[in-house]
Amino acid sequence: MSVRMPEADGAVLARRAAIVKALRTIVPGEGVIATEREMRPFESDGLTAYRQLPLVVVLPETTKQVSEVLAYCHAEGVKVVPRGAGTSLSGGALPLEDGVLLGMAKFNRIKDIDFANRVAVVEPGVTNLAVSNAVAHAGFYYAPDPSSQIACTIGGNVAENSGGVHCLKYGMTTNNVLGCELVLMNGDVVRLGGKHLDAEGYDLLGLINGSEGLLGVVTEVTVRILQKAETQRAVLIGFPSSEDGGECVSAIIAAGIIPAGMEMMDRPAIHAVEEFVHAGYPLDVEALLIVELDGPQAEVDHLIERVVDIAKQCKSMTCRVSASEQERLLFWAGRKAAFPAVGRISPDYFCMDGTIPRSQLPKVLAAMKDMSAKYGLRCANVFHAGDGNLHPLILYDSNKEGEVERAEEFGAEILKLCVAVGGVLTGEHGVGVEKRDLMPVMFSEIDLNAQQRVKCAFDDKGLLNPGKVFPVLHRCAELGRMHISGGKLPFPDIPRF
Amino acid sequence: MTDILKPRDAKEVEDAVRWALSHDKALEVAGQGSKRAIGRPSQTDITLDLSGLTGVTLYEPAELVLSARAGTPLSEIEALLEKNHQELAFEPMDYGPVLGLKAGQNYTSGTIGGAIAANLSGPRRIKAGAARDHFLGLSAVTGRGETIKSGGRVVKNVTGYDMCKVLAGSWGTLAAMTDVTVKVLPRAETQATVVVEGLDDASACAAMAAAMGSSCDVSAAAHLPDHVASYFDGLPNAEAATALRLEGVAPSVRHRKDALAALLKPFGPVLLLDETESRALWRSVRQVKPFATESARVRPLWRISTAPARGHAVAAAITPAAQMFYDWGGGLIWVAMPFGDEPDAASIRAAVASVGGHATLIRAEAAVRASADVFEPQEPALAALSKRVKDAFDPKGVLNPGRMVAGV
Repeated sequence: MSVRMPEADGAVLARRAAIVKALRTIVPGEGVIATEREMRPFESDGLTAYRQLPLVVVLPETTKQVSEVLAYCHAEGVKVVPRGAGTSLSGGALPLEDGVLLGMAKFNRIKDIDFANRVAVVEPGVTNLAVSNAVAHAGFYYAPDPSSQIACTIGGNVAENSGGVHCLKYGMTTNNVLGCELVLMNGDVVRLGGKHLDAEGYDLLGLINGSEGLLGVVTEVTVRILQKAETQRAVLIGFPSSEDGGECVSAIIAAGIIPAGMEMMDRPAIHAVEEFVHAGYPLDVEALLIVELDGPQAEVDHLIERVVDIAKQCKSMTCRVSASEQERLLFWAGRKAAFPAVGRISPDYFCMDGTIPRSQLPKVLAAMKDMSAKYGLRCANVFHAGDGNLHPLILYDSNKEGEVERAEEFGAEILKLCVAVGGVLTGEHGVGVEKRDLMPVMFSEIDLNAQQRVKCAFDDKGLLNPGKVFPVLHRCAELGRMHISGGKLPFPDIPRF
Repeated sequence: MTDILKPRDAKEVEDAVRWALSHDKALEVAGQGSKRAIGRPSQTDITLDLSGLTGVTLYEPAELVLSARAGTPLSEIEALLEKNHQELAFEPMDYGPVLGLKAGQNYTSGTIGGAIAANLSGPRRIKAGAARDHFLGLSAVTGRGETIKSGGRVVKNVTGYDMCKVLAGSWGTLAAMTDVTVKVLPRAETQATVVVEGLDDASACAAMAAAMGSSCDVSAAAHLPDHVASYFDGLPNAEAATALRLEGVAPSVRHRKDALAALLKPFGPVLLLDETESRALWRSVRQVKPFATESARVRPLWRISTAPARGHAVAAAITPAAQMFYDWGGGLIWVAMPFGDEPDAASIRAAVASVGGHATLIRAEAAVRASADVFEPQEPALAALSKRVKDAFDPKGVLNPGRMVAGV
């Protein structure tokens, strides 16, 4: 792997037996896993290019156990890496050689379903889809739907602030979580929010969402659930160029329409998917757009008509409206199978995750074509078109000398371009280890230090998931020092009244 | 005498904070000062007046994004958006009327920075969220005198911690924002409101829960008990009104209006407000109109956030001499206490604690606000964490010290 992790603490490695023994007094029986064979399944997450066996795996079942494990590790100076289902695509749950891997899988209960307040209170190990399934009998669902929703857990969704294809209209995880119970690295248990809508005091819940397991361990989450829309329909639109597709997306939004989902694929992605799923996608187009509308029948019919009109004005080559629920699902089957479809045509691939202002799409796609030639690697694109979130899939073969490195360089160049055109490094997959060393492309040292000071407020010894997100780690004491310059003037030269 | 420093640009904001740091001065961070009377009274030496940082710097309707200097008046931004049939979907309320401010002179509508720093929202909170949910990016000067940026101009972004969230609702105690970027959304083509008349508070909360649990996509839900109903605009009768707003394209609103009226019929007599009446009603809900009158303004005003379906249980535990109404389907309760100098914090906090949530003393005499907890007191571990977050941004306490919590 090309990203360096913090050097393992030899003293901790030497004390391994004592640490394992102490953890067994907190979490009894099979909750502590210390053999190499049994720890093997935890050595990586969804970013499989990176692997590392942890010091020991602990699977607590209660908040009290989590608190005691963290307090013990805090006192002993032992690092801790939290893990949900391990579906992170950025290495957020990559273990550390000298760190406890804290698996939250046993926190799998749905504690309360409250239809009157439209919330569900769940433990973090409950899968995203299980929340929707648990409330489906009353017509409700949980809106964020990352493509890993069958496996990924709510705790991991909070850590990564997961999105999905419907977040243009329904928001990301952070917009759909109302409260959580959080255990800090020192063992303190705090409750943030609840069934009410507003945070009291600082919006720490907003900080926890997307904090990639660096600020605390979530042991309970209160999520909003929504009543399902009466009906959903989708339009499949093909374009002669991605520019035309991009313009159509802008035109739809400019017409005041916020679709439930708006997804685009480029030619390589369309072909890979069609071979795999046979969704009936047109193969003679350069870009394919799925626009989904939801709501009452009257609204959906009305808006579909307008979208079709707009598509016609945007040089569309094909335009198909789903005539049945079956057809709508078929449109989506292709898009949802994009990653495995690409997996079929290449031994390995990296999935990138930059976001760009949508107007920059043609420029970025053209540049990626050039990069593809330059690095000698194929690239397919799927794109959350409504919100500018790009997922270029870089195809490589790890058995070929130097390809991993070339693929990583290719990915880094794409992400740098995203930032250069006014976008960001990651829209929904997180920084993790994968994009850690690119953070200075987007943030100054001052910005990064300010973020690390927030980290210090939650974790004064920097023991929780170190080596992720921040390229350079500083001690909290060092970050706390003040260096005031420019304040010496007897009075600042600013208008006074 | 309080001095005022009025920076002309972001660099001068940084200069001002650095100067304050090196001279041990505390700054009151303000835009137009429209919410100055909220929070614990300022213990500052100088006002850092950000109302000179104005102007929209980027607006791309098709990308649903707008950037502005933090001191830009909200009214200017809302007017610009309206021209493009867009809006701030979080429907920021204006505290001016409740606090007795008159539009004109310095104050117009507050600033975008102030709206974010107070995490404003409005009746649409139940559907579209608050300022925090639309706040995409920022530049700000921390209490360390450093200019930081966070977020960006794209909606989907998880790069680094979401610093926007922690600054939204921090009341200027962590950093002085200089530039902000927000998500904007299309304005609904039309709206209508379905009203059920004559419900008591408990039945109203049940009716609102039924409506919001339906697929009618309700965008606002308020219960206006009979003792305050006559203060609101757009209602034909001075009776208790439980109001549900529907927004969207005309065929959709028409359809949902019928569906919702049918759903609510078992609760009580239903009437419909057309677009004009509906807009008038929700404007007055958003401005907390019953408690903005001259006679009401001398009385302490509480803002309670709680579990919506249990709002009536919180209200039932409060003195019957108080006046109140519910927004957010019961989850937001505005309570005007009966006596000018008695916020009765203990009983309000006990009522909230019985259900969960929090209460903020939005309006009271300065002396009262200095001695009572304006914001909900926190458990020790959470209070300690919040203090450490304050220290991370502002270790010397130069920005609005003590505004949220005494000594922090």
